[in-house]
Amino acid sequence: MRRSGRLSLRRRQDMDTPDSGGMTPLGRKTAETGINITSTTGYSRGLTFIRTHTLFGQSPTRRIIPQTSLLQENADPQKIAFLLRKQWTLYSVTPMYKFSYGNLKEYSRLLSAFVAAEKQKGLAVEVGNDFGIKVTLSTLLGLKGTDQDQVAILVQIASRSQLPFENAEDKVVWSGWFCCISGDDLLESVPEDFTCLSLFLANGAESYTAIVGSWFQKTFDCYFSRLTISPLNLAWMAAMWTGCKVDSHMAATELVFSVPCIPQSLDISYAIHPEDAKALWDTVQKTPGEVTQEEVNLFMDCLYSHFHRHFKIHLSATRLVKVSTSIASAHCDGNIKILHSKHLIGVLTLLTELAISQIQ
Amino acid sequence: MSLVKPFDKLPTLNAATILLVGTDESQQQQLAEAILKEKKTFKINIHVATSLPLPAERDHIRPRIDLIAFMINMQSKHSLRNVEASLSHMDANFFLGKVCFLITGVGRMNHCSVEMNAVRKLGNLYSSPVLFCELDSEGIRAATAQRLLRMLQICAGHMPGVSALFFSSLMKSSIDE
Repeated sequence: MRRSGRLSLRRRQDMDTPDSGGMTPLGRKTAETGINITSTTGYSRGLTFIRTHTLFGQSPTRRIIPQTSLLQENADPQKIAFLLRKQWTLYSVTPMYKFSYGNLKEYSRLLSAFVAAEKQKGLAVEVGNDFGIKVTLSTLLGLKGTDQDQVAILVQIASRSQLPFENAEDKVVWSGWFCCISGDDLLESVPEDFTCLSLFLANGAESYTAIVGSWFQKTFDCYFSRLTISPLNLAWMAAMWTGCKVDSHMAATELVFSVPCIPQSLDISYAIHPEDAKALWDTVQKTPGEVTQEEVNLFMDCLYSHFHRHFKIHLSATRLVKVSTSIASAHCDGNIKILHSKHLIGVLTLLTELAISQIQ
Repeated sequence: MSLVKPFDKLPTLNAATILLVGTDESQQQQLAEAILKEKKTFKINIHVATSLPLPAERDHIRPRIDLIAFMINMQSKHSLRNVEASLSHMDANFFLGKVCFLITGVGRMNHCSVEMNAVRKLGNLYSSPVLFCELDSEGIRAATAQRLLRMLQICAGHMPGVSALFFSSLMKSSIDE
């Protein structure tokens, strides 16, 4: 809905600087006051490393938006275009043991056999029939945040076409890709032989995701878990993505809230004209290239108070479940759709951060 | 609209009053029932309110309030804002141990709309203990009720030699040293 009239913004004074830096305590730190487990050792190998959000349940107070986060030159535009405008389900992956980029063909072969075997379970099919499934593992070049990041891997399951024509194309029935953008924190603390590709995105039938996931888990001793996004992180995404400049047509910023009602929950959808949302964010953001928690709170509070003035509903008492902007859309169950290649790296950086914080 | 003051009324013999402030009325009701179920040696009055200031009309019949517990639900930012607004309607003497914050809803991290920093800052700013409890679970509700009862006993002065000012020792964490 188009905003009419002016909205007065009350700028809050900056609170005193929150906890930052410091050593990570070994093990979880409970949020109860007075109970602490702090590590007194220095930089020890293993799982200790320095991060700004070390305590249980804390989210970072500020995030830096890198200004030049473009895809690297060796990115294949066709493959990158394949990643956009699709609904991906998010998983976080623990580091994989003894994964080698040189053996991708071997892995493809093994995974094909595994998928065929799983699909044939319980069916009386003659031996030797490969069931028309072909799995390919390939690298996705160009999806890197820093140079230490591992190269992204794309896994595709294609069903062999039944047509006898020679140039009939295989139909891709399932795709999944691993990536890790700017996962420096984890990379530093992980020993040799481990490959960190913390974020996994899957599109296609859930049964295939389960099969591929179980093969990777068995072969590389890693663990896949569904990455859910909390309302706090969704609010961060709404604020950060509204602020991004989009050259082409801007879609409306839409927020969906879930109200817990008995018997059925109620969903409220709040759509904001993209230019209004960007104008509001521009007045809130103080330092370009950096977003703080206070700015995100202020942005969301402005939207909530505007809604309350018109509809007398406190959106702050509801739960934010979905955010859609011109850049990307995210759902709290862990579904994401990215719309522009220009901001792909930025979105993936944020998702990698969430995945890494979930694995710890 | 009156300011809630801790020492402007005389205490009643062998009785104590607790005030629960929060937006979720059903949760307040459940906690109040849990407190009443506990074994106690003194008479207890539980007052519930959605926000401060309390209406002035009933001020003369209201007993002296010994402990105020603010209930914040981490899944609702509205509850945090409500509590922040209510805190400005209290006399400063209350913050000498007669206030505590009850935080519920942390168990489901995926549904949290309030960040931990905000809650911790609130506790530091007002020098009051922050208790994390999952009031949806009966066992934790009973445990919280016992804690509140103990704190209430101390705040009402029923324990000789222990005063509400000692609660500030609950809030020291080893990182601060």
